[in-house]
Amino acid sequence: MLDDFFVRALVAGIGVALVAGPLGCFIIWRRLAYFGDTLAHAALLGVALSLLFEINITIAVFATSAVVAALMLLLQKRGGLSSDALLGLLSHSALALGLVCLAFLTQVRVDLMGLLFGDILAVSKLDIAIIYGGGAIILITLIWFWRQIFATTVNVELAEAEGMRPGRANIIFMMLMALVISISMKIVGVLLITALLIIPAASARHMARSPEQMAILAAILGIGAVIGGLSGSLAFDTPSGPSIVVAAACLFVFSLFASLLIRKWSKKHG
Amino acid sequence: MQNDPSILVELENAGIFRDGKWLVRGVSFSVKKGEIVTLVGPNGSGKSTSAKLALGILKPDEGTVLQRGNLCISYVPQKLVIDQTLPLSVERFMSLTITLKPEALDQALQMTGVAHLAKSQIQTLSGGEFQRVLLARAIARKPELLVLDEPVQGVDFNGEIALYELIVKIRDQLDCGIIMISHDLHVVMAATDSVICLNGHVCCRGTPKNVAESAEYRALFGERATSMLALYEHQHDHTHLPDGRVRHKDGSVTDHCHPDDGHHHGGDGHA
Repeated sequence: MLDDFFVRALVAGIGVALVAGPLGCFIIWRRLAYFGDTLAHAALLGVALSLLFEINITIAVFATSAVVAALMLLLQKRGGLSSDALLGLLSHSALALGLVCLAFLTQVRVDLMGLLFGDILAVSKLDIAIIYGGGAIILITLIWFWRQIFATTVNVELAEAEGMRPGRANIIFMMLMALVISISMKIVGVLLITALLIIPAASARHMARSPEQMAILAAILGIGAVIGGLSGSLAFDTPSGPSIVVAAACLFVFSLFASLLIRKWSKKHG
Repeated sequence: MQNDPSILVELENAGIFRDGKWLVRGVSFSVKKGEIVTLVGPNGSGKSTSAKLALGILKPDEGTVLQRGNLCISYVPQKLVIDQTLPLSVERFMSLTITLKPEALDQALQMTGVAHLAKSQIQTLSGGEFQRVLLARAIARKPELLVLDEPVQGVDFNGEIALYELIVKIRDQLDCGIIMISHDLHVVMAATDSVICLNGHVCCRGTPKNVAESAEYRALFGERATSMLALYEHQHDHTHLPDGRVRHKDGSVTDHCHPDDGHHHGGDGHA
């Protein structure tokens, strides 16, 4: 079954959506959308480094994103510049550096479009193994530390006072972000990873009554976007990443109208 | 920690230095089991900062802060904003940092009078309602140390007194230590064992009555503070009825209470 490239892409995409949804909720709650972008842009630098030093691409991307996340935390602590200025600085420096490094690699042919927008043809069985292995680590860690990470999201000082160790929770969350980006890069591409993280979560917000509900709904909607997007990509020969994001955006619009209708209906009958 | 097991937290000459100045300095106090300590002082006097030192949120740049090991703490912060993007019901918020049995959750909400809001989304609550939910959440953890930073802001006056009475009741039930921050000493006086008056440093301390009568307190809060005290001194001669009216000691019932409306006995008895 996994011999068919489309099935492989579908399985891989669903694996990514499963973890991107719940993590995306935290990105929305913490207002970290731009931070996700920064890590994703750093991922391109990771790709360049992995080709330069001939190391595993997932590990290189994870390491680069993690370093950029740590750099961000350090610069934030030093103060002086606002967070959005710091993110702009890191994000575009990392992206530019990655592109420059790739240009130096004349002996390897690099599919830049595939890196930026994802490439369903390139999904191998090994990629699937990495996505599900990494995805399992992300989900288990997230569930294990859910209370700590969630309490930290609601209020850092309250979490600190009541023994939730927000410092540790934040580091764990950053590592999960870096990990999800390194495993999902191949499916949606560097430029659109943040979209896959936040659009399903944003759609889930309209329907959810609790944080846990929102996380599960985001995963389900993400899976829907992957199935719809990849089918569209196959039918119309469009790049996989943008197609998935377009499908996710359609789901968002749909959820918006659905929630409006439900609200109207419950007002009338409730 | 001077080997006294009843001391929950102890600040010894603690200070916080930020951006070239001391926010607070030389703050020393301790909280024992079953004791209510109130921090008062004008804006920017370091009340919240001192409380955060005691909570371990801030690490002292000078002096020491010692918490008893494995201390269960509940905190009601002065300001807590729940992001609009977060779908969060009162029920779910109650078990933010601890797993609660449904009975315990309901009981805590009952105590602060907001049990009917259990299913509501946090963002739909009014300021006073949210404050009651915050207090309920803190109580439900059954803490050994409870830190309340302006716990009754936004709560109407009758509710305010009821909540302070509730805080005393909680202290009696849980035998916990309480650090309370307030800017209106006159209301908390009946509900506190000792008062620490801050103004960047400990300006004076003692029993509520001693502090309110001290020259330092008057210098800090002005003459109005003493008239506030008069108001407090008279509070025990009337009762606030549930409908907002007031029953006086002589049995008469009025819509409001004023110190000069003839229902109150004595003058400035303490002066």
